[in-house]
Amino acid sequence: MRKLLTLLSVLVLSSLLLAACGGAAPEVPDGTAAPADTAAAPAEPATEAPGTTEGPAPAAQDGGFGQTLETVQARGNLICGVNSQVPGFGFIDSAGNFSGFDVDYCRALAAAIFGDATKVEFRPVTAAERFTALQSGEIDILSRNTTWSLVRDTELGGNFIHTTFYDGQGMMVPVATGFTTLEDLDGGTICVQTGTTTELNLADVMAARGVSYTPAVYEDADSTFGAYYEDRCDAVTTDKSGLVARNTIADDPSAHLIMDVTMSKEPLGPMVRHGDDQWFDIAQWTVFVLFAGEEYEIDSTNVQDVKASTTNPEVARLLGNEGDLGLKLGLDNEWAVNILEQVGNYEEVYNRNLGPDTPTYIPRGLNSLYTEGGLLYAPPFR
Amino acid sequence: MSSLTEVLPPLSERPTVLGWMRKNLFNSLGNSILTILASLLVFWAVRGLIIWVFTVAEWRVIVANLRLILLGQYPITQIWRVWVSLYLLSFLTGNSFAIWVRGAWRIGLFLAAIPVALAFLPFGMQQRLWLVGLAGVGILGWVLARGGGPALRRSVIIGWLLWLPILFLLLRGYTSSEGWMPIVTTNLWGGLLLTLLLTIIGIVFSFPLGVLLALGRRSELPVVRWFSVGYIELVRGVPLITILFMAQLILPLFLPAGLTIDRVLRAMVAITLFSAAYLAENVRGGLQAIPKGQFEAANALGLNGLQTMFFIVMPQALRLIIPILVGQFIALFKDTALVSIVGLLDVVGIGRTVLAQPEFLGLQREVYAFISLLYWVLSYAMSYVSQRLEVSLGVGER
Repeated sequence: MRKLLTLLSVLVLSSLLLAACGGAAPEVPDGTAAPADTAAAPAEPATEAPGTTEGPAPAAQDGGFGQTLETVQARGNLICGVNSQVPGFGFIDSAGNFSGFDVDYCRALAAAIFGDATKVEFRPVTAAERFTALQSGEIDILSRNTTWSLVRDTELGGNFIHTTFYDGQGMMVPVATGFTTLEDLDGGTICVQTGTTTELNLADVMAARGVSYTPAVYEDADSTFGAYYEDRCDAVTTDKSGLVARNTIADDPSAHLIMDVTMSKEPLGPMVRHGDDQWFDIAQWTVFVLFAGEEYEIDSTNVQDVKASTTNPEVARLLGNEGDLGLKLGLDNEWAVNILEQVGNYEEVYNRNLGPDTPTYIPRGLNSLYTEGGLLYAPPFR
Repeated sequence: MSSLTEVLPPLSERPTVLGWMRKNLFNSLGNSILTILASLLVFWAVRGLIIWVFTVAEWRVIVANLRLILLGQYPITQIWRVWVSLYLLSFLTGNSFAIWVRGAWRIGLFLAAIPVALAFLPFGMQQRLWLVGLAGVGILGWVLARGGGPALRRSVIIGWLLWLPILFLLLRGYTSSEGWMPIVTTNLWGGLLLTLLLTIIGIVFSFPLGVLLALGRRSELPVVRWFSVGYIELVRGVPLITILFMAQLILPLFLPAGLTIDRVLRAMVAITLFSAAYLAENVRGGLQAIPKGQFEAANALGLNGLQTMFFIVMPQALRLIIPILVGQFIALFKDTALVSIVGLLDVVGIGRTVLAQPEFLGLQREVYAFISLLYWVLSYAMSYVSQRLEVSLGVGER
């Protein structure tokens, strides 16, 4: 018996040691795990109270100029943290491929680095774990409908690069009403969730426009949309991407229209780790290439023709005919050509995922070029 | 066992369907009225469900995404590897049936009929051939192992022990990107495949760990006992989801830069460690049910402590707790669904991403109904197998 017990004690002790390394460690304070934010609802940016989901930020663990690009190139693929549950932004299609607006940005970045848009591994991350995954180096970049805010930009050990999608509070109405502007809602009833910034925004915007309405307030998102779909109000309001996702549960999603108005600021964009400015630049200028492609009407079909025939010096520099812009980023000089040829420009990416021909149509609104009254503005390529 | 002594009743008293109905459902006026009312009630209750299943529900979302739900993003060119591991499983099951489950050929035939029946579902021709082959290999294994001696028995046991490593080798591959068996990284494992892998690993590894902890808790050495009690009570005091969050969110922050542990592995370890704590308590219950006389008898025979434990106490204790163990394994199987909350694409996680496909928006009911069906079928299969095991081991009879 003694011998057996000695043997067992050794085994148990060693298994406990393993257990301690394996992550059971329940003695770690778990207030930082933020279980409240696990539902990956796309509407989360508006309703999330800043600071509740984020624990004390540990310092970024690695980084340093040029390190990320080196790691990525040595590994041979880019690891991109995405959402897998938001229609139009990130999901897996029937063939098993990741698809969506945020996903296409990762492809563009892979095209810039490797000249091959397929060299990217998608890592679905939840709202709760996204920042940890970025900090711990598990992903190289986070491209997952994340709202840019000061707290996140500073405390979470990451930097937001340029916004790729300007979300904002939107208004959904049944198509049958024929309403297209907020003014049409004058005297109507609007379903809204109580106690949120959404409710306050609505009051502000409507007051500014001089539209009178009756708010029908509900405790949570489910009952708000439930009431709307039971025709208890003329319109419903929350973030636009949230409206799109919510509308997917409707009996007939095509019977509802999201108006072309935006009532709040929800800039969604990719995020990189603190500390590696070269990586930040690469990620940022990839976004600008998408913008510039649309601005100069270069798309996946004509990029080689434009490259061969262009006389515009800006376009020539962008496409690598002149200068060495790509080399300055530590990339190939063909980087922009690769992005535009393999993924397309911003308009193509947008229309593929969120355009009028898709079931997840969101009017472009602020996500138009500055020349068309939007906010997409690429700095000069020189 | 009792089939030899069973005596059939006289012809006039053998049950027929009509006779049974008359005897049990319509034996008096009151009972007849009750029967009719009850069947109307049942019909009224399930009518909506039947109408929905056969007319309203759009099952095309399942048909289009069946591969995704079953295998996740496992590369289509490498699916043969999943089939090969299933073939090995089927072969070993056939062997085991021939050796240990003598006489229960009806169940064996039923098992073999499952893949053949599945082949009638709308799959491609290739998948149908694979499925029929699966049944064929099982029957082949059964035929080959018939009448085998102890040597065969030993090799089948070794085969089972080897199956798990082989499964992982096959699924993961071992040549990097090139070659005939390229590595399939775990982020491509998903769907039912991932759910089953998490379950199998959880069961296989938490069982020995749980037994050790149970023995440790009954140990006379204070340090061992103290550690076991501490571990069991700590783990049982937190929900599984917390441990999963810890493994996915907090653990990476403590690791040195550049070192990452595979996420699937982390989930497997978390589930195993969680399950082991519960299992330890169940095993302890079994151990405590063994009368002291058994230990004393073993001592009197000259067995040492290890021999007593492994030949006398453990076999009896484990036989006693089979129903509890199976209950726990079924719970573990369903608990693996929690990994979808930490971003792994198990069958529930993949179901949620299927729901985000623009062409199938709003088909929540169909997807969740199908996933529930999968869970039910597999859970029921586990509990059925355990019932057969109890019968053949005579649990509750002697």
